[in-house]
Amino acid sequence: MLTEAQAWKALAAVPDPEIPVVSVTELGIVREVRAETDGLRVVVTPTYSGCPATEMIASSIEEALLAAGAGRVSIDTRLDPAWTSDWIGSEAREKLRAYGIVPPSGQAAVGGARPLHFVRRSPLACPRCGSTDTTRLSEFGSTACKALYRCRSCLEPFEYFKPI
Amino acid sequence: MSEQTLAAAPGTATPEQLEYLLRLGDNALILGQRLSEWCGHAPVLEEDMALANMALDLVGQARLLLTHAGQSEGRGRDEDQLAFLRVERDYRNVTLVELPNGDFGRSVVRNFLFSAFQVLLYGRLSSSADAGLAAIAAKSLKEARYHMSHAAEWTIRLGDGTAVSHDKAQAALDYLWPYTAELFAASPADDAVAAAGIGPAWSELEAEWEDLVLPVLAEATLTVPARVPFKTYGKFGRHSEHMGHLLATMQYMQRTYPGAQW
Repeated sequence: MLTEAQAWKALAAVPDPEIPVVSVTELGIVREVRAETDGLRVVVTPTYSGCPATEMIASSIEEALLAAGAGRVSIDTRLDPAWTSDWIGSEAREKLRAYGIVPPSGQAAVGGARPLHFVRRSPLACPRCGSTDTTRLSEFGSTACKALYRCRSCLEPFEYFKPI
Repeated sequence: MSEQTLAAAPGTATPEQLEYLLRLGDNALILGQRLSEWCGHAPVLEEDMALANMALDLVGQARLLLTHAGQSEGRGRDEDQLAFLRVERDYRNVTLVELPNGDFGRSVVRNFLFSAFQVLLYGRLSSSADAGLAAIAAKSLKEARYHMSHAAEWTIRLGDGTAVSHDKAQAALDYLWPYTAELFAASPADDAVAAAGIGPAWSELEAEWEDLVLPVLAEATLTVPARVPFKTYGKFGRHSEHMGHLLATMQYMQRTYPGAQW
């Protein structure tokens, strides 16, 4: 049998399938782990409704816990409160930046209708060269959670993990 | 995944409440299906990805909403049965979302008109007396806001762009505008759901929707058409001629290989 602490440790080694530099615990997807008499119960909160990685994440969690010695694993989905990029910790934010993805602000765009502003008030700094002479190419990048940007100084494209 | 911690109390929905839930799920499903048709066909790669990502969000919302509708109904219908095994007249989406994509401009303008409506609707549903529905709405609202801002930016870019892009955006608005009236048409389902505190009657949202939509259309230098007597009835199950074609494509796999999974 795995203890809850051992289970959290095992989960910290489960990478996000789309952004393998951070783990599912660092992204805040795993909300709760409980050791119960008939096995481990894990509560996850999915990110975007359409994230194709959601089911893969659940199976990776189950596999990792079984491999670490859990007898039985059940995974429940919790939708409330909705996942927010604010749950990504500061260490994980820096990992994202080092990986070439500008991390979310930490203050998600919640509360009140999102205003229709067409110019970002403070420009994003390029994760490679630090220049703020950057421009957005698309609100949606390779995945729903990221926007695509380009740096006009070093001319490299980069992604921005959108606050949500 | 094994279960949802906010599962609906099974079999508690009245027929009117079920109809309202199906309407929410079907709107997301059918627009998701339409947007997915753009995959590989958009004018530029970035927009191809954006439209596909929005389609995924919508299909994801549809999965949650239809699962919730099926549980609330309590007759054992799951998301797949509801999405793929109903007949045309049992779908409750508004006609607006089933219309063919047309050109990129028409798809963008429709996304704007509809996502603005979804932002308002999901905002209200976030405080629904139905806790499961409230959770889905709070989550979906975050996505709808991104869809709206994306579509609003493109509406302005096209409307206030070149003469050609302006004409195409104006033609799109002229074509789509009459279909938006259906969003706010009164229905018995709306009355029942509003009385139970589950969600707003959609007619309540019209003024707010105009407040959200009209300034963007003005900035896009587009002329808003006058309201006309034309009415559509998709949310009552009376669909346009386009719906059958859409369903033929969408339901093909499940009809041909019943119970197929991957």
